Amino acid sequence: MNFDFSEDQKFLANEARKFLSAQCTTAHVREVLDDAQKSHHEGVWKQVVEMGWLGAAIPEEYGGLGLGMLELCVIAEEMGRALAPVPFASSVYFFAEALKIAGSEDQKTELLPKVASGEIIGCYAASEGPGNPDPAKLSVTFDGSKVSGTKIPVTDGDVATHAIVLAKEGSGASLVLVDLNGAGVTRTPVQTLEPTRSHAEIKFDGAPGTRIGAAGEAGDLNDEILNRAAVLLAFEQLGGADRCLEMATEYAKERYAFGRPIGGNQAIKHKLAEMYVKNQVARSNCYYGAWALSTDASELPEAAAASRLAASEAYWFASKENIQAHGGMGFTWEVDCHLFYRRAKLLAVQAGAPKVWKEKLVSALERKNAA
Amino acid sequence: MDFNDTPEEAEFRAEARAFLEKHLKPKDGSSPRRGSGEDFLKRAKEWQKTKAEGGFAQITWPKEWGGRGGTSMQQVVWNQEEGKFDAPVGPFAIGLGMCVPTVIAFGSDEHKKRYVEKALRGEEIWCQLFSEPAAGSDVAGVKTRAIKDGDEWVINGQKVWTTGAHYSDYGILLTRTDPKAPKHKGLTMFIVDMKQKGVEAKPIHQASGGREFNEVYFTDVRIPDSDRLGDVGAGWKVALVTLMNERLAVGGSPGPDWKEIMDYARGTGTLTDQAFREKLADWYVAAQGYSLTKFRTQTALSRGETPGPENSIGKIITANQLQDICNSAIEMQDHYGIMNDTETMPANALFQQSFMWAPGLRIAGGTDEILKNIIAERVLGLPQDVRVDKDVPFESLKQG
Repeated sequence: MNFDFSEDQKFLANEARKFLSAQCTTAHVREVLDDAQKSHHEGVWKQVVEMGWLGAAIPEEYGGLGLGMLELCVIAEEMGRALAPVPFASSVYFFAEALKIAGSEDQKTELLPKVASGEIIGCYAASEGPGNPDPAKLSVTFDGSKVSGTKIPVTDGDVATHAIVLAKEGSGASLVLVDLNGAGVTRTPVQTLEPTRSHAEIKFDGAPGTRIGAAGEAGDLNDEILNRAAVLLAFEQLGGADRCLEMATEYAKERYAFGRPIGGNQAIKHKLAEMYVKNQVARSNCYYGAWALSTDASELPEAAAASRLAASEAYWFASKENIQAHGGMGFTWEVDCHLFYRRAKLLAVQAGAPKVWKEKLVSALERKNAA
Repeated sequence: MDFNDTPEEAEFRAEARAFLEKHLKPKDGSSPRRGSGEDFLKRAKEWQKTKAEGGFAQITWPKEWGGRGGTSMQQVVWNQEEGKFDAPVGPFAIGLGMCVPTVIAFGSDEHKKRYVEKALRGEEIWCQLFSEPAAGSDVAGVKTRAIKDGDEWVINGQKVWTTGAHYSDYGILLTRTDPKAPKHKGLTMFIVDMKQKGVEAKPIHQASGGREFNEVYFTDVRIPDSDRLGDVGAGWKVALVTLMNERLAVGGSPGPDWKEIMDYARGTGTLTDQAFREKLADWYVAAQGYSLTKFRTQTALSRGETPGPENSIGKIITANQLQDICNSAIEMQDHYGIMNDTETMPANALFQQSFMWAPGLRIAGGTDEILKNIIAERVLGLPQDVRVDKDVPFESLKQG
């Protein structure tokens, strides 16, 4: 039995935590939060690029470090814990991973080295309005060479240089690569609950695009891309949820009311114990997702869904009850609790809300356990 | 990351499997693994003896006590393999898991010579006599009185929820020897012969309808001072060692899981119901969360490391989930679900039977609330609860 990260991977996680705790504090996160003009933190981004993390799971032949998915998972956990206000997830978990599994040799050779070096930033454009985007009912279209229609919101859509767009083509859907600085693209930043990760509305008006994967295959590809991204996002959620538990625990030990620490009351103790249980459930499911991701296991659909669901639930619970444990202080702008509450909600709905993943999970279980 | 055995583990697994195949039939569900009838006890004792002779009883115990001197991971591998066979286990779990380790830790050389090997070979069964009607979660509040009389102690009082008291040969007994001392300080632990005069085990009629546990009454029972474990007044320290071993033992899910309710729902057409599907997803995620957490614990053992505290989440998850799954299955059957006839009901009324067991599971071996306190205090380092009974003579504490 070897259901844990290796010593090398733990070392990498530890180095990442040390680096981020010095170079990506919540003060850095707040620079983006408090400045509507800032889409991300350029200083932090520059250093993340220099660390080589963008290419952690990109093979060396495409300019990456060629480490692997497990290494990317431990980095993701630390990025989530630090609330890193950079377009890492969009460019790596979605854009680079989509290219890795569906891109042509030419596309991979041209684009992956630029993702790894930070020269380009990718994003994934699927949402068009309320509800989970259904590849069978898209309003954005692709005619074989041009994309038209509106995607909203697109995470990191204002800072990205390239997008992979989920678009209707004929009777099916395709994934289309679009240069966002090219003709026929209009981008407008949109207000969200989570300003430390920027979002845009992107209008395509006959923007030139090239397919990633075959025409009409985007339904399955989209599922595959989301399964992979789900595991990585779950590690970010896990990192955030654990940080919330630490904050709440530290505060409960320091804050005195009625003559003793509030953490001596069972109402608080049991709340934090429940947080611990949910975080452990999330951690174990995340590890299973990491294993499935790193081995291309046939269990990936249910492992990805379970890690995403467990981590979404853990982060939601930990982020809201962290505010509660802090009392009135927790509801002030100056105390960091709300940063996690905001990020938790973004990560829970980006790439599909829990309800959608519950259905994916049960469908996968039905396939495995057919009567 | 992988789920494979190390070469050493694989070798041990093959050895264990060969031994099991030689002595037992693979599990087919026809014979009970647990039980308390005469036939079951006889089979269980025979199997325990066979295991001891083969070197598979108490794998982590040192060889001098009849163990294998093996690793915790080997014990895990053994449990996994034994679980695939029709092995009558159960009557020895408390004795070998909790009582005898306490005897080894605090008993005299004579005690160890007299009791350890016989327990290991299944010749004698042990029970644990801690809980009382007024001492459950607050188990240090026991009132069963031990009064010194020459070289003996005279015991009077009542224990409760004692598993296997009626078929046990010996027990470890937590008593109050000094009511003037504060609660934790006036306790003393003894070895007690369960077959002697004055010890009376009566089955408890449980809320579930069954009678698996006992009350045990002690009336002028005499115990020689030489059968004391630890010092007079140091019984709590001894009890903590026993309870530490208990926490390693609890956590399994003895009832229907997500897979069983999914199969049942498929048969009734409920599997297409959206609300049900969302609940099913929640059960799967939590159940996987605990199963996979055990893999993390095993990984630490396999690497020769001390496991983290993550395993403490086990019973909180499994007991609550069992109750929730049974409740949903009954509601799925609508009015018909209130029927509890094992002959005619779907799944032999498994959901109904477990529905009535589940409340007990949330209490036994530490209530949900006590387990959360343990996580909060020992894992997260939060302050202990306010103790109004601290430093107060036990006899002046309020009771009710």
